[in-house]
Amino acid sequence: MKPCADVIVIGAGIIGAACAQALAARGLRVLVLDAGLHGATAAGMGHLLVLDDNPAELALSKHSLQRWREIAPALPDSCAYRSNGTLWLAANAEEMAVAEHKYQVLRAQGVACELVGGPALRQREPALREGLEGGLLINQDGILYAPATARWMLQANGIEQRQARVSAIEGNQVRLDDGQWLSAEAVVLANGIQATDLCPELPIEPKKGHLLITDRYPGSVTHTLVELGYVTSAHNASGPSTACNIQPRPTGQLFIGASRQFGTTDPAVEGWMLARMLKRATEYMPGLAQLNGIRAWTGFRAASPDGLPLVGRHPRQDGLWLAVGHEGLGVTTAPATADLLVAQLFGETPPLAAEPYLPERFLGVAACA
Amino acid sequence: MSPEQTDVLIIGAGPAGLAAALAAASSTARIVLLDDNPLAGGQIWRDGPQAELPEQARSLRERVLGHPNVRHCPGTRVIASAGPNTLLVEDAERGWQIRYDKLILCTGARELLLPFPGWTLPGVTGAGGLQALIKAGLPVRDQALVIAGSGPLLLASAATARHNGARIVRIAEQAARGAVAGFAAQLPRWPHKLLQSFSLFDRQYRTGTHVLAALGSDRLEGVRLSQQGNIVEVACDRLACGFGLIPNSQLGQALGCALEQQALAVDGWQATSVAGVYAAGECSGFGGSELALVEGAIAGHAAVGEHPAAQALWTRRARWQGFARALNRAFALNPALKALATADTLVCRCEDVAYAELSGHVGWREAKLASRCGMGACQGRVCGAAVQHLFGWQPSAPRPPFSPARIETLLCLEDISS
Ligand SMILES: Cc1cc2nc3c(=O)[nH]c(=O)nc-3n(C[C@H](O)[C@H](O)[C@H](O)COP(=O)(O)OP(=O)(O)OC[C@H]3O[C@@H](n4cnc5c(N)ncnc54)[C@H](O)[C@@H]3O)c2cc1C
Ligand SMILES: Cc1cc2nc3c(=O)[nH]c(=O)nc-3n(C[C@H](O)[C@H](O)[C@H](O)COP(=O)(O)OP(=O)(O)OC[C@H]3O[C@@H](n4cnc5c(N)ncnc54)[C@H](O)[C@@H]3O)c2cc1C
Repeated sequence: MKPCADVIVIGAGIIGAACAQALAARGLRVLVLDAGLHGATAAGMGHLLVLDDNPAELALSKHSLQRWREIAPALPDSCAYRSNGTLWLAANAEEMAVAEHKYQVLRAQGVACELVGGPALRQREPALREGLEGGLLINQDGILYAPATARWMLQANGIEQRQARVSAIEGNQVRLDDGQWLSAEAVVLANGIQATDLCPELPIEPKKGHLLITDRYPGSVTHTLVELGYVTSAHNASGPSTACNIQPRPTGQLFIGASRQFGTTDPAVEGWMLARMLKRATEYMPGLAQLNGIRAWTGFRAASPDGLPLVGRHPRQDGLWLAVGHEGLGVTTAPATADLLVAQLFGETPPLAAEPYLPERFLGVAACA
Repeated sequence: MSPEQTDVLIIGAGPAGLAAALAAASSTARIVLLDDNPLAGGQIWRDGPQAELPEQARSLRERVLGHPNVRHCPGTRVIASAGPNTLLVEDAERGWQIRYDKLILCTGARELLLPFPGWTLPGVTGAGGLQALIKAGLPVRDQALVIAGSGPLLLASAATARHNGARIVRIAEQAARGAVAGFAAQLPRWPHKLLQSFSLFDRQYRTGTHVLAALGSDRLEGVRLSQQGNIVEVACDRLACGFGLIPNSQLGQALGCALEQQALAVDGWQATSVAGVYAAGECSGFGGSELALVEGAIAGHAAVGEHPAAQALWTRRARWQGFARALNRAFALNPALKALATADTLVCRCEDVAYAELSGHVGWREAKLASRCGMGACQGRVCGAAVQHLFGWQPSAPRPPFSPARIETLLCLEDISS
């Protein structure tokens, strides 16, 4: 079979787009195939944030934020990039201790941040309720409108896009829905929660999230407001959970998250879950109760068992590369994912250690690599 | 908080909803009649400082609102489904749940507004939209008005404007002369309609005429028309332009009711495809107020199990369905209207999305993501219909909240977790 491109990328979400752009920048001809499904990139919040639940997550998100800052000047307005900072909220002394620990860890890594006491918190964000213990401001976190950013990335020279659903993969060959086979030097799988349709061996599960956006209330909130309970309650629980996450959009709208549910693939907005999530947000910002919500929707995060993505060679399929399992952080970590993938494909030393994200941690070591 | 309980819940207090309430109230059923306007009456009987309601409307409204079994909730919107047979609703003060045995959807229709160059200039409104503004008190005395688009609503709107002192300088009907004349010739079969709609058949009425552009820089100064093949410009202070009506089927769609040609599909009892849910009036297809009244009465009787009383109205309904068919045939939209917008004409005014940003896409969802079309405050109620007409993209069923709602109201949904 004659190769149709140097690399075939499956999936035109933010991960596939970032990989395609990075590959094209190396002079490769890239064919991007996308089935036009409702992906996470279209649904998510696009919060760009440094997370430090473990060193690998910190390394990946920190490198990514640096890369987003480099990319930012080139982004068109429609991508709505802002570096408005994240304000982590501590409701009590215990959470404030978490904030202080986080502060130490991040400072040690050179991440710009500051601890904010209770009274100062309300000076910065007057809409917050009284009596919060304090917070931690991560100055250079940001926000992004991810669907527009993915589209912009895919406009790079050397990228061809095609609407098509891949129904099977064999190494560096893919079969389309219409039965046609395509091949390339390498195939990159970046199709989000649908990854298990094509590679059932991947340990990826959908994690549902609800979101709501309000009408325009310019100036009511400046930073993205996230509760510190998030670290413990939302991330690690197995049952449904919610956490306060309030993001000011450049339009003056407020974007409210976050909820997490396993074991469902039904995209319907569930009233009880939406209500629980909103209640959590109003506990931090009481005035929210009087604002109008105009739209709610859901999305699915592709969760791996350790919360980290799978980036690298498929250990049992020659020519197939993986960039999947980005859970609730894939917009943030798209540039680092692309850097890791490209470096491995070219046999170069990546800008950060690749090991924590290698697929073999779940799939076993390559038989014949 | 435990939900309010009712036997019959009626959404919409236009002709269909009022007739449904009256019919159902003849039993002992408890009825809640809910409408998002401050006063009952719907579109045709929209009340306000400059409105003059016909006697029939006044007396129907009095009988319904004065009925001991009927509780009227004005200024109230439906926000979400809150479990089986339960809706979450909101008024200016509070949000609460209503649990019903039977639901009758009488949500009416809205105008189809199609984008053309200049349509977002101040001074340009819908045709029915202008009528509603005038009834609500907008002064139009001595102003020059052009009314354009399609259907009898142009004439109704012109009548209201003229009655309030406006000068109508042109009524531009897109349908061809032959079609309109054929329709007019049939009108003696429906005598009320003849009086209501065509008493205005006047010097300024032009068939085969449609708007090309609204002219002016900061505010409307005139309108360019394609008039029976010629291009003419007419100076005016206001342009009211509507291209017929589209059913408000979204609520029914969200509750799972099947659609037929954009309207809620119903059987002879006005029952939808969802058990216990009925639909009447223009949400189940366009046909004017007489059809809405008789459909509402059938739905009201059927919902309380009075099938003979409902069936007795079938002949009358068939008659007004005939009118509806003639109307829809005569005023079918000219395909040329799909080409009015130019590349930079805004299609979505909430999010400032131009025609060119939409035209390359394959479907509504993709276009929406790329352009944010329909994602603003009106949530696609205006541009969704325009886009469906222009590109044939079917909008998906709305998700809760069905209309903007206080977050406090949405918190009421927490009770239904089980
Ligand atoms: C509610 C929610 C909130 C989030 N908030 C944030 C946040 O604030 N910050 C952050 O960084 N991240 C956030 N995320 C996570 C982030 O959105 C995702 O990690 C990221 O968008 C994943 O991108 P992707 O390209 O891997 O997948 P997707 O965007 O899902 O794209 C996959 C693509 O693959 C295509 N595809 C699937 N199967 C096939 C096939 N067989 N053939 C061809 N094409 C196929 C689909 O059509 C789709 O376009 C959130 C996610 C959710 C759900
Ligand atoms: C702007 C406009 C002006 C019109 N003017 C005329 C006219 O002058 N003469 C004429 O013959 N015909 C007119 N019509 C046509 C008119 O629609 C019908 O003649 C008749 O009013 C239809 O009755 P209905 O009961 O089906 O719906 P409507 O009269 O439209 O009543 C529906 C009611 O339901 C309410 N509603 C809808 N959804 C919800 C919800 N989710 N929650 C709460 N309330 C809801 C609406 O606000 C409205 O009050 C007009 C139509 C429009 C759109």
